[in-house]
Amino acid sequence: MDLSTIDPAILLASLMVASTPILLAAIGELVVEKSGVLNLGVEGMMITGAICGFAVAVETGSPLLGFVAAAAGGAVLSMTFGVLTQFFLSNQVATGLALTLFGLGLSALMGQGYVGIKPPGLGDVNLGPLADIPFLGTVLFRHDFMIYVSLALVAGVWAFLKYSRAGLILRAVGESHDAAHALGYKVVLVRLAAIAFGGACAGLGGAYLSLIRVPQWTEGMTAGAGWIALAIVVFASWRAWGVLIGAYLFGGVAVLQLNLQAAGAHIPVEYLSMSPYLVTILVLVIMSSGRGRAALNAPASLGRSFHASS
Amino acid sequence: MIRLEKRPQPSRGWSYVTPVLAVLVTMVAGGALFAVLGKDPVLAIRTIFYDPLFGEFAWYFRGQLLVKAGPLILIAIGLSLGFRAGIWNIGAEGQYIIGAICGAAVGLALYPMEARWLVFPLMILAGVLGGLGWAMIPAILKTRFNTNEILVSLLLVYVAEQILASMALGLLRNPEGSGFPGSRNLSQYEAAANHELIAGTGMHWGVVAAFIAVIFAYVLLNRHMLGFQIRLTGQSPRAARFAGVRPNRLVLFCLGTAGALAGLAGMFEVSGPSGQITIDFNSGYGFTAIIVAFLGRLHPVGILLAGLLLALTYIGGEAAQSNLGLPAAAIQAFQGMLLFFLLAVDMLTNYRIRIGKSEVA
Repeated sequence: MDLSTIDPAILLASLMVASTPILLAAIGELVVEKSGVLNLGVEGMMITGAICGFAVAVETGSPLLGFVAAAAGGAVLSMTFGVLTQFFLSNQVATGLALTLFGLGLSALMGQGYVGIKPPGLGDVNLGPLADIPFLGTVLFRHDFMIYVSLALVAGVWAFLKYSRAGLILRAVGESHDAAHALGYKVVLVRLAAIAFGGACAGLGGAYLSLIRVPQWTEGMTAGAGWIALAIVVFASWRAWGVLIGAYLFGGVAVLQLNLQAAGAHIPVEYLSMSPYLVTILVLVIMSSGRGRAALNAPASLGRSFHASS
Repeated sequence: MIRLEKRPQPSRGWSYVTPVLAVLVTMVAGGALFAVLGKDPVLAIRTIFYDPLFGEFAWYFRGQLLVKAGPLILIAIGLSLGFRAGIWNIGAEGQYIIGAICGAAVGLALYPMEARWLVFPLMILAGVLGGLGWAMIPAILKTRFNTNEILVSLLLVYVAEQILASMALGLLRNPEGSGFPGSRNLSQYEAAANHELIAGTGMHWGVVAAFIAVIFAYVLLNRHMLGFQIRLTGQSPRAARFAGVRPNRLVLFCLGTAGALAGLAGMFEVSGPSGQITIDFNSGYGFTAIIVAFLGRLHPVGILLAGLLLALTYIGGEAAQSNLGLPAAAIQAFQGMLLFFLLAVDMLTNYRIRIGKSEVA
């Protein structure tokens, strides 16, 4: 094995690329969970976004339109979850699972004609002199615009939840839907909006995977990324910047194991490939055990159905 | 105005009607989906639901029905216990894979011993222990560190898939297979094979085990203290605590049982219908079983019927694939849709719909 073939700058740069799909999905799910809804359908929305974005980008030749379509696709799919849990008051865990199962089937169906096609590329943003800074230029300033969008989203969600009135209402709905209802807030509408936002973000994450990270369409290509995004929300103890750290940590493991594979480590490929999942489980254990803050910080109404009795 | 009014108790009548209603609605919506794909919807639904049972080649398909339903029922029975108590094991697919690997490994290790009375029971035991052990990971993490069992059990599916690939390419590869991935074929190894018991019916030991599991689950839930505790915990965790239910023990029991049954299903599959460990040995039974459990209303007899129905969609789906060119993914979407509609119509069981103005109390 030759570790010297691994260039730290390129490693860090690819870390950001590897983390972005999960970061996008997780920041969306954070908002959903903050509103008191547990949507386990992230995986299904991601893969649906992946194929919607891919198909539109291939047909129109514009990756930008692809991302728009992916967000729309994810949001539309998430609305089936929204209607079921908010109006039909179905169990959120079961409905989320149904969303994942349905999304996987639907995406495979939609993607039939797109296997083996190369999507149009998305060029890097030209940041002028910044890109020429040694090391930092490669790591931070030579990326496509979606990476910057994802970072902006994290900052935006953080500011929204912390400083805006709407964010306060959203958190109130998540902490105690009965109290929020008594104050006259539209619990169901707030939650539907949050679910749609989560769906759109998951869709973007999926499209980033199929259009930039891989870039190709294969059935089931998200391979658990949506579930890892869910785990990262727990890891972050429901804070926006925590999601960023969690996603980059995960991306780091994913990229490192790929580089080790390429460098010819004496570990079978399968065991390297399972490492991201194992690390996620390990992190979950650490965060949820006694001293972790995860359990304390969870929105109090998370996963409970709201039914206004009057 | 349409209002929902919570029923004091779930309606018994509706709880029988809703699964049937969900299947009917799914047929209509599925037909629409097939029509969008450019297939004749009536013909497609007929090919999936009617022809395998009563059509020209029904003699072949009927046998397949039990082959597919066996593992689905076996896994769903285990899952239903946990789901009733609010313990969400959604990683049955992983437990199924590990059970198959362990069962096959024991069989292959004893090759070419001829003592069937020894080899086959040992394989069964290994399959059970494999699934049980794999399910114990989320169970112990849950009881010890309060880790979310949903995420851990699901993430372990991906780990199990990697182990499967490693086994098929490495440790368990057929030494006489001229380098091809995949293990020796167990169904050709007399002492380890899980044969059809009655020719043409598809009845093998896994199906027998599924029927036994249904009976045991029924007795457990209706006649046994533990079953009562499971139901109580699902309905009111707080009341259960006061009644002396120890939640941790319940988590271990529910996840353990589900894992053991899923492992058993995997072992019977690998020694029978599938025959060998290959990279793509698993075919999603662990996930479809979740739909089976819900469609069967988490009731053992219901699961038996739901298992047969979803087995029918698998078989009919394959038939529609070869006869009508319907893509395989369409069936997957169809099954997902079924769960959606089931959850939607379930509202009728728990709520009463009132039409008209709400009265002022």
